[in-house]
This record gives sequence, structure tokens and C-alpha cells, in this order.
Amino acid sequence: MASPPTVDTTPGVVGVFGSLDGALLALRELKAKGYENLTVYSPVPNHDLEDVLAAPESPVRMFTLVGGLTGCAIGFFYAIATSLDWALVVGGKPIVSLPPYIILGFECTILFGALATVAGMFLNARLPKLRRSAGYDPRFSNDKIGVVAFGGPAQVAAAEQIMQAAGAEEVKGV
Amino acid sequence: MVHPAPHNAEPTYAEVNRDILRTLEKPTARWYAGVGVAFAFLVFGAFCWARQIYYGMGVTGYEPPAFWGTYVTSFVFWVGIAHSGTLISAILFLFRSGWRSAVYRASEAMTVIAVLTAALFIAVHLGRVWFIYWVPPYPNVRGLWPNPRSPLLWDVFAISTYLTVSATFLFMGLIPDIAVIRDAASGWRKRIYGMLSLGWRNSNHEWRHFMRMYLFLAALSTPLVLSVHSVVSWDFAMGIVPGWHATIFAPYFVAGAIFSGCGMVITILVPLRKYFHLERYVQVRHFENLAKLCLLTSSIVGYAYVTEYFIAWYSGNPFEREAFYSRAFGPYWWATWTMITCNVFIPLSLWSKKVRTNITALFIISIFINIGMWFERFVIIVTSLTHEYEPWQWGYYVPNWNELGILFGSFGWFALVFMMFCKVFPSIAIAEVKEALPPPGRSHGGGH
Repeated sequence: MASPPTVDTTPGVVGVFGSLDGALLALRELKAKGYENLTVYSPVPNHDLEDVLAAPESPVRMFTLVGGLTGCAIGFFYAIATSLDWALVVGGKPIVSLPPYIILGFECTILFGALATVAGMFLNARLPKLRRSAGYDPRFSNDKIGVVAFGGPAQVAAAEQIMQAAGAEEVKGV
Repeated sequence: MVHPAPHNAEPTYAEVNRDILRTLEKPTARWYAGVGVAFAFLVFGAFCWARQIYYGMGVTGYEPPAFWGTYVTSFVFWVGIAHSGTLISAILFLFRSGWRSAVYRASEAMTVIAVLTAALFIAVHLGRVWFIYWVPPYPNVRGLWPNPRSPLLWDVFAISTYLTVSATFLFMGLIPDIAVIRDAASGWRKRIYGMLSLGWRNSNHEWRHFMRMYLFLAALSTPLVLSVHSVVSWDFAMGIVPGWHATIFAPYFVAGAIFSGCGMVITILVPLRKYFHLERYVQVRHFENLAKLCLLTSSIVGYAYVTEYFIAWYSGNPFEREAFYSRAFGPYWWATWTMITCNVFIPLSLWSKKVRTNITALFIISIFINIGMWFERFVIIVTSLTHEYEPWQWGYYVPNWNELGILFGSFGWFALVFMMFCKVFPSIAIAEVKEALPPPGRSHGGGH
């Protein structure tokens, strides 16, 4: 049977760490040696890991902003357009009475903002993921941290040594 | 009784997985007994509703002038219950309150199920339920759209947004935990949880976007939760009915909603913790914090009661004065004093630390809070409608057995769905509990 496809077909190595300190040590060393294509699997998000990886700000916030503004426009448009569609005076109020329409605008801002935020997360985090992820191990959702480094054969061999020196419990190819 | 902590040491990540995944194991006979009782209530409620659909609204106690009775009371009650879940999951998240991690999943599930239960009461209240498709906003056969100045239309937008956003928030928070179940499962369970986890792998790329998404969902949910019960309160406050037409209604309803919601969280967490032996995670301090929230919101609700009476007197408006005098000393005195006793006097006992840390006492108080908050909505709705401007149109309404059957059926439905949730998904958030613990190989600090 053919081996399952992976996200990255470049050869790589995964180190399984039982301690955060060990994983951080390996990551710092790998970064210092110029490894840029690194993936870390951790049971929970961790600021120390994020600091070492120094990833740019997530663009999800832009999705929230655009979704929220779109929702706000849709809410007000709905209220104004449906009022003008049949200009019926109710309670002696103006046909377009903005104060009550703020409620519809607000609710739609939240609804569209929230849905766009989720869509932004799905798109940026590449979810749903139908393929296997290189080096993933079920232990990474329990209590282990995985560090995956990719590169040519020489780089992979060097990364393996770095991980072992940092105290990896297990190092294997991916 | 105060449970001594069975394990003083903080659990490790592996122990968190083990202990919380244990809650998903095969149910015991006691669990099935609980499901059976909830199902029996649900069946009785369904029978009452079926009877109402078959014979019409005449089987209820509704008659002029009260056409908003038990069903609207229960709708507002269940929407209110839904509020503390989002308070705990979103507002306390923004405030970085670490204690929320152990209790937020159960509260959030409670929120979604409570909104669904509230939605059921819209259907029940309609009478001709087969016309429920009239609820969404679309033009009628003459091309006339619903009036966007109407609080009932605001309600449609608010409740549907709240249901969508709270369900989204619940499911998004569940994704990393579903991945944990997938990794520990085998066979068909692994396949199903694998699909539900959407292929989540705990990678730094995923966490980076996930945490941003979670932060923004919390930021959007915070004003939402405050708006929803405000909008529900305007269903009443926008009407020129004595006892309803008050500007205090929005903050008063929001505080009441959080009060009742925290009460219900205590009601469901006590048996959940005992059955699953989760004393190590849901600790007495969590209950104490919930009790403090109850105490705070009870004080706000009590203040609102006093303000309502004061303003009714100070306004000089004879109709307002009559409405409030009638509430306290008229035919519904029993409902009003039940409300005040349960919502103001009984929670005063929470000033005592001994009471706040006594799980049995808290459980009993939380039941009184639930009863009191149902009565609060009953008092607001029914006493005002039956005692409007003209004495000839005054009346007296009490729910009959058919309406109460549906009310009790809704508790059966709520309990049943919640129990099913707890057996399919972790009722304690695995990833967030781990986040609050020191990471493996490090003796200080959590993941934050």
C-alpha cells in the first residue's frame, strides 16, 4: 500500500519531547541554525513556543472586521430597504427611523462578524484537514510536544542531533 | 458538606486526559435511570403539547386579558438561563479569569440547550405551530415586510444571532478536545470524532489562528450577551402597559438573566461533579466564585425591585402605582413574595463563606434561585396583563395542568439533551484545563 500523502513531502524529522524546556531548547537551536520550516505540535497553545517561532500576527482579525462591517451594512440595509419598500407610517414615526434600526444593525454586525471570524480561522489554519500532517503523533494531544524540522538530508541529520541533544524522548523521520 | 480535595497535587496533562475522557465511557445504570426520568418528563410535555395542537389553545388557561402566560414566561426564563454560559465562556475569558476553565464547557453547553428550549416555547406559544415559518422576516403575500420598529422582530434577530453565535462558540472550543477523543479512540468512534475534529492536529499554525478566532468570538459574544436579554426586555418595556414601560428593564433583565444562569450552572454542576467524580477539577472554589456571582446579581436584581416600586410611587402615575400595589398585595401576592423571597432574601445567605463553600447548601439555594427567577417573569408578565388601565378588563390567570406539563416537559428535554451531550463530548474543557496547569517539564506558570 502506498504511504499516505503528507502535507509537506520534503524529508523531515520529528522530535517527541516530554518537557517544554527541552522543546524550547531544540527550537531555539534550530532557529539559530537557520531552520525556518518548523512545525510544533503541542497539547495547548503556549506563549513561550510562540515567542521562539515568532510567527506574524494572524490575519483572522481582518476577517472579523470585514465580516462585522458587512453585517452592520446588511442590518441597516434590511431595515431601511424594507421600510421604503412599502412606505407605511407606523405610530407617526418617520419611515426610516434610525434609532430602532441600530438594534438590527448591531445584531447583524455580531452575527456576520462571528461567522467571518470562524471562516477566517478555517481558511488560515487550513481546516478541515483531509490529509495526514507530517510527523503528527496522537501523543501530541496528550502530554507530549512535537517539533518537526524539514530540509535536505544533511539538514535533517543535523536537526536530529540537535533534538537528541535537547533531550527528545524519541526522534524519527517523517 | 465540604469535600476535602482528594488529590492535593495538580494533575498532569496525561491525568487530565485520562480523567475527563473517563466521563465518556459506557453509562452506568444510574445514568440510564436519570435519562429515564428526564425522558418521562419529556414524553409528558410532548403529550400536553400534542393535545394543545389537536384541540387548540383552549386547553390552556389563557383567556382575556392574559394571552401571554406560562409560555412567554418560560421563554424568557430559558433565554435568561442561557446567559451565564456566555458570561462564563466569553466575558470571563476576556477578563482572564482562570477559574472559568473548569466550568465553562458545561455552562456553554447549557447555554445552547437553553436557547433551543426557549425556541421551543416560541413554537408552543404560537398555537398554530404549523405556521412557525411566519417567524423569520420575509414579506407577506401582499409584499409587506415585518415592521423593523417592532421589538418582536428585534427578538427574532437577537435570539437567532445568539443561538448561532453561542453554538459556534461551543463547537469551536470543542475542536481541540474532539481531537483528544479521536486520538484516544479506536474503530468507528475514531472515524466519527476524526471527522468532527476537522483534522485538527494541535500544530502551532492552527493554534495561532485558533486563539485569535477565540479571542474575537469572545469579544463579539460579550456585547451580544448583554444585548439579547435587553432586547427580550424591550418586548415588554416598549409596550405602554403599567409595570412594563420602564427604562430600567434592560439592565434589570440582564442582571436577572446572569443570576438565574449562574443558579442553573450550580444546579447542573453539583450532580455532574458527583457522578463523574470530578472533584479534582470542579473544586469548591469554583462553586464559591459562582455563588459570589449569584450574590452580586441578586443584589442588582433586588435593587431593581426596589427602584421599580420607588419609581412607581415617585412618578405619581396612578396606573403605575396601582400595578405595583396590586403586585405586592393584590391577587398575585403569592407569586410576588415567592419571587422576592427566592431572589433577594434566600441569596443573602451567600454573604456567609460557610454557605458559599457548602455544596449541598448551594445546590438547594440554586433551586430556589431557579424557582424565583421563573416567578419573576411570571410576575412581570401576568400581573401587568391582568391589571391594566380599565378595571372592567382586569382578570386572574393561573396556568393549568396542560401548560405546567409543557413547562416540566421542557425541563425533561433540557436535562435529557444535556446528559446526552456529557456522554458524547467532554463536559470539562480538556485543553483549557491543561492551559491553566504548569506545562510538562516546567515547574512554574501555566501556558499563558
